[in-house]
Amino acid sequence: MTTNTSPESLYQEIILDHYRHPHHKGLRDPYDVEVHHVNPTCGDEVTVRVKVAEGPDGATVQDVSYDGQGCSISQASTSVMTDLVIGKPVDRALETSEAFLTLMQSRGQVEPDEDVLEDGIAFAGVSRYPARVKCALLGWMAWKDATAQAVGGTAPQDRTASRTTGGAA
Amino acid sequence: MTALLAQGTSYDVEAVRADFPVLTRVIGGRPLVYLDNASSSHKPRQVLDAERAFVEQHYSNVHRGVHTLSQEATDAYEAARTTVASFLGAADPHEVVFTKNATEAYNLVAYSFGNARAGSRFALGPGDEVCVTEMEHHSNLVPWQMLCERTGATLRWIPLTDEGRLDLSELETLVNERTKVLAFVHVSNILGTANPVETLVARAREVGAFVLVDGAQSAPHQVVDVQALGADFFVATGHKMLAPSGIGVLWGRRELLDAMPPFLGGGSMIEVVQMGGSTYAPAPERFEAGTPVISQAVALAAACDYLREVGLDRITAHEQVLTARLLEGLRDLDGVSVIGPDSLHSRGSAVSFAVEGVHPHDVGQSLDELGIAVRVGHHCAAPVCRRYGVPATTRASSYLYNTEGEIDALLEGIRTVQRFWS
Repeated sequence: MTTNTSPESLYQEIILDHYRHPHHKGLRDPYDVEVHHVNPTCGDEVTVRVKVAEGPDGATVQDVSYDGQGCSISQASTSVMTDLVIGKPVDRALETSEAFLTLMQSRGQVEPDEDVLEDGIAFAGVSRYPARVKCALLGWMAWKDATAQAVGGTAPQDRTASRTTGGAA
Repeated sequence: MTALLAQGTSYDVEAVRADFPVLTRVIGGRPLVYLDNASSSHKPRQVLDAERAFVEQHYSNVHRGVHTLSQEATDAYEAARTTVASFLGAADPHEVVFTKNATEAYNLVAYSFGNARAGSRFALGPGDEVCVTEMEHHSNLVPWQMLCERTGATLRWIPLTDEGRLDLSELETLVNERTKVLAFVHVSNILGTANPVETLVARAREVGAFVLVDGAQSAPHQVVDVQALGADFFVATGHKMLAPSGIGVLWGRRELLDAMPPFLGGGSMIEVVQMGGSTYAPAPERFEAGTPVISQAVALAAACDYLREVGLDRITAHEQVLTARLLEGLRDLDGVSVIGPDSLHSRGSAVSFAVEGVHPHDVGQSLDELGIAVRVGHHCAAPVCRRYGVPATTRASSYLYNTEGEIDALLEGIRTVQRFWS
């Protein structure tokens, strides 16, 4: 198990690198929207902040910061996500998000485009493990939610409340 | 198997294993090591054969027809009830209600109480209390939360000690004259803790509270005698005790079941139906609306027979050997801590642990690559994880077919995981 880094295997070096040395981690100001998403089946949590600003190509993802706890897949995937969306026009960032979602839902049947997904292609193997796909999507879905709110101007409190599960009993 | 396991001989785990076809599986190039029994157990040939024989030759709907198959199916279904009643030490088969799973059984009691008219001994309202424990499975927690929301009653809970046991220091305050129901888990699915039923039942009796015991993790592994436990309700589930999924068991005192309002309405649970209203059948039919879980009940009875043939006491003793080996092995590993009782005293075979610096999902995935099946996550007991400050745990839970060699494989697997993730 320890030396298996073939393209099909789950724990690619790129994933392990992002897990051990995450990019853009730690919550930062300024931000427009903060969301908190959880994976109720495993308890993984992520808080994502998004700052959107007008750029030359329209609304642009100026910054994404996050904090969270979870497995290597969820943490590394969130790290890769920040690399892929920060600085991009929102439209293009959403396209990248869709490409990642498509890859995750492919059950290993889609050849990822490295030009679009960069380090994200390392997650191709995750799509063969349906139980782990939600881990890989946690940060992406949180970012997408926060960005939609930032662009659409939806009250963040309402949206995040409906997405947040758990609570002390 | 029977001959090999005659009383007085040593426990022949290989003879038991030979009855479980799945144990020949190879995963990741290695023999399957199945240590996820607290989640669901595998089924022996005897259970599979019994279900198949019933479905192939005797199946029909039950309690509905005059034809031969209908009668045979009804007889088999009711015989299954008698077998399960006897397995649980019930005084009367009418005290056994078949449900779709354990979750439905807790909901059955909670909704039935919620359906009671004001003034009924089952009714709850503002000022009344329901007490649970902090180590409940969500299935024995959320239905009570919902009941309290519907009725205005207050939910209280017995907290946990650092060791993973119930902190009973405030028991007399938490279970008091206002308490209508005390619901608690017999053996915890996440901590492995076996709770002091006698103490809890005694306190509930002092204040006149109904008592429900969640036996999902006890009935598969030890002799259960519901009359000796002294509770009012006891819940078990088939799939954790060698039977198929799709069947749960609620045992309740007959006098209570016959007086409680129904939960689900429909066919089979009625006496007289008129357009203006209906009267209800006595228990257990009152609580088995619609076509019941017929072939699953037959299979569950076969599972009870199998467990008794092997011997519940012998199974308990075998699991204690495995659990001792696992606890000792985990203690010897640096960076591994057990969440729950660290000794064999009053505990079952489920052992949760944390591997420092490695998320349980990664522990579980890496162990799977070695053919070892464990459970990772919050085990439907999220408040327990919160209590001990972990997002999730890795849990190994053994059963009658596990071996000491498999425990050693797990321990070696954890060392491999630690090397990979260091």
